[in-house]
Amino acid sequence: MRKMTKAGWATMIGMIALAILPPYFLLTGQAFYVDLATRLVILGIAAVSLNLILGYGGMVSFGHAAFIGLGAYAVGITSYHATWGGFDLIASYNGLLQLILALSISAIYALVTGAISLRTKGVYFLMITMAFGQMAFFLFQSLDVYNGDDGLTIDVRSELPFINLDSPMQLYILSYVSLAVAMLLVKTIVNSRFGMVLQGAKDNNERMVTLGYNTYFYRLTAYVISGVMCGYAGFLLGNFTTFISPDMMHWTRSGELMFMVILGGTSTALGPTLGSSIFILLEEILSSITLYWHLPFGVILIVVVMFVRGGLMGLFKGKGE
Amino acid sequence: MAPLLKVKGLMKSFGGVTATDNVDLDVIKGEIHAIIGPNGAGKTTLISQLSGALKPDAGTVLLNGSDITNKPAYKRAKLGITRSFQITSLVMGMSVLDNVALAVQANDGHSYRFLKPARKIAHIRDKAMENLIKVGLRKRANDATSALSHGEHRQMEIAIALASEAELMLLDEPMAGLGPEESALLVAFLKELKGQRTILLIEHDMDAVFALADRISVLVYGQIIATGLPDEIRSNDAVRHAYLGEE
Amino acid sequence: MDYTLLFAQVLNGLQLGLLLFLVASGLTLVFGILDFVNLAHGSIYMVGAFICASLTLLVGNFLLAVLIALPLTGLVGYAVERVVARKLYDKDHLDHVLGTFGLVLVLDTLAQIIWGPAGITVPLPAWLNGQVELFDGALIPSFRLLIIGTGLVVAGGLFWLVNYTRLGMLIRAGASNRTMVSALGIDIQFLFALVFALGAVLAGLAGMLISPITGTSIGMGGQIIITAFVVIIIGGVGSMKGAFIAALLIGLIDTLGRSFLDTLFALVMSENAAETAAPAIAAMMIYILMAIVLVVKPQGLFPPKVR
Repeated sequence: MRKMTKAGWATMIGMIALAILPPYFLLTGQAFYVDLATRLVILGIAAVSLNLILGYGGMVSFGHAAFIGLGAYAVGITSYHATWGGFDLIASYNGLLQLILALSISAIYALVTGAISLRTKGVYFLMITMAFGQMAFFLFQSLDVYNGDDGLTIDVRSELPFINLDSPMQLYILSYVSLAVAMLLVKTIVNSRFGMVLQGAKDNNERMVTLGYNTYFYRLTAYVISGVMCGYAGFLLGNFTTFISPDMMHWTRSGELMFMVILGGTSTALGPTLGSSIFILLEEILSSITLYWHLPFGVILIVVVMFVRGGLMGLFKGKGE
Repeated sequence: MAPLLKVKGLMKSFGGVTATDNVDLDVIKGEIHAIIGPNGAGKTTLISQLSGALKPDAGTVLLNGSDITNKPAYKRAKLGITRSFQITSLVMGMSVLDNVALAVQANDGHSYRFLKPARKIAHIRDKAMENLIKVGLRKRANDATSALSHGEHRQMEIAIALASEAELMLLDEPMAGLGPEESALLVAFLKELKGQRTILLIEHDMDAVFALADRISVLVYGQIIATGLPDEIRSNDAVRHAYLGEE
Repeated sequence: MDYTLLFAQVLNGLQLGLLLFLVASGLTLVFGILDFVNLAHGSIYMVGAFICASLTLLVGNFLLAVLIALPLTGLVGYAVERVVARKLYDKDHLDHVLGTFGLVLVLDTLAQIIWGPAGITVPLPAWLNGQVELFDGALIPSFRLLIIGTGLVVAGGLFWLVNYTRLGMLIRAGASNRTMVSALGIDIQFLFALVFALGAVLAGLAGMLISPITGTSIGMGGQIIITAFVVIIIGGVGSMKGAFIAALLIGLIDTLGRSFLDTLFALVMSENAAETAAPAIAAMMIYILMAIVLVVKPQGLFPPKVR
């Protein structure tokens, strides 16, 4: 067995905790904490996907929440039509079909917006991904048939073989296993030859190009992988909340996602999940104190950015921008 | 015999300043061709246009007869050009061996491979190590690049240039910042490469230039004012005038 | 073809474009001179609108309220610069974004605490509430004329500032020359605070001008900031001229798109399909425009030459 690093131990402990605690909560009748854990884990998947391009690829996307929305709407729209009719082609409760739809739409959206956005870098890339994210937001907001701003409630969750998503425990288990797989996937990609090129390009793009790598396409590939993974998180989230609205794609959601990734630490496997945990816990604690919890939350964010040495981004930025 | 690299009528201006002024240049396969000239003559701008980092305003660059004038940098690397940087350009966040391995990997087919851990692929790591040994950096292989001295960074640049197995090496002031012993070592090393690779060398260090160069071109204000054998250049009046007070 | 409607919508688009320019100009000024990316610019737009709205209800006179609210908004801008922005200049652009994102949360929530979650309706005096006849049949709301007039005057003022004053010279010199600028004997801190406050006033003015039409709302800042970003991306970040042209372009395309796209679509598809597709495409139009510009010219239409 390979020797374990400190980060490795932390990851093991974190994942074991996430495996043991929710069943305990369910058994002791504290279902609320299972819900909390489910949300934490699903957002963790989204954060892990963002970390692939942000932490390892140096692409700071402020529009990643769009994928969550796309994945969720894939479930919402198909389920809606299956219940109410109106679009037989995509009407379905079949989870596998919905999943394929969610992943495909995410892939196409990532390919098109990524191909355009990746022609820029740094803060320009950030602004453009933000704009594309808002575009998705406005698109779904304009669709009156799905209630636009008021959002869509689904009556039937995705029907998957062997798994009943109406059971909180089974939904949690699916989400937990998905998180573990996502983390493993990202780790494998990052250490592969592809990952070396991606990381090299983040650190020093000029050097990589001189070596003969067409870094644009490597970045685009990472962007698509990340988008599809995040779309999957959206698929899970839509099933979890059963309420799907354009708000899931708002740029402030993307900002929260970014905050999770950066706060949790971008160079470890557990980092993004740690970030989503901190975020969810902060949200819970602060909102139980005051209705206006965004205020102290914003202050915390400002303070962290101001006083962390070199800035939050300095914690991982390399040469090459 | 056709030259490996043929540059004709290369022009580049920035705003009102003409950095490259109608440059013609031939580099013969297997030679070490040095480019010398006073500061600000436009040497790095010229190299950048040859490596693909900059697009020329006019003129042509032919490699082995094929036109690469407008080809992007990454394509030129595939065609056999590698470039070292005056201000070293390395992946600071990775180890010394990682850096050279990236150069080896680039020649090992495409890198859209997601499964095997790159650092465990023996044929890449071994080849990278070979090149590190050649420049004398074996002991530093697993150290963080950021921990190395400036001179060692320069050695890394050479190791990377070797690992890329490119026929044409564009070296931008490889001696810059090196002490006398390190310079002598590098000169000896480059001498051994003669014949195996073709080198276009920008340098200020005149001892190194005259020790290494088969031919020398002199660049002043973006123009090549003379090209020839070292002795011809040494006794050329225009060249002496341009260098009056220097070296 | 209903030319009166077309004319009215063109004016609408112009109005939107000029308001967008007011917001975008402040954003691009701050980015161009201070090299600072301010996500909270939209929140200042909102704060300006709310201050003016409260003052209007207090004083009973909209124009007077604007006059008082403008310097107050400038003060808010100065406060933001002093407390937050100043500490972030030396950091990465991306730190600016995260820090000002936190600021958006703070300002938006503060506004909610002070003014409540519902917006404020801003009453206009009778003489501004009427209509003016430009040529036979073309009736234009007077307030719209005021907005367009103000927008053009401010644009003219900014044009003069950028091209004919010392401050403008500094603007065009770019933030990357911070040392050069201070070598000219100019107090950098004061200059930066001044520019930031100016940006705040411009954004605030836009918010004040739009609120009699749409009312003020807590979310208005978050909505306008993205559009402002799209404007400066299309126009070229740091370019005042680019911001002006891009803002007008976006204002016109967005307005005309929303009004006429369904009619256009109905020509080639069923009315039902057109009714669903048109609002969707109209909502995405400015982003599609941004995408096209980025494919053809990634640095924007009029990128400043020196950066």
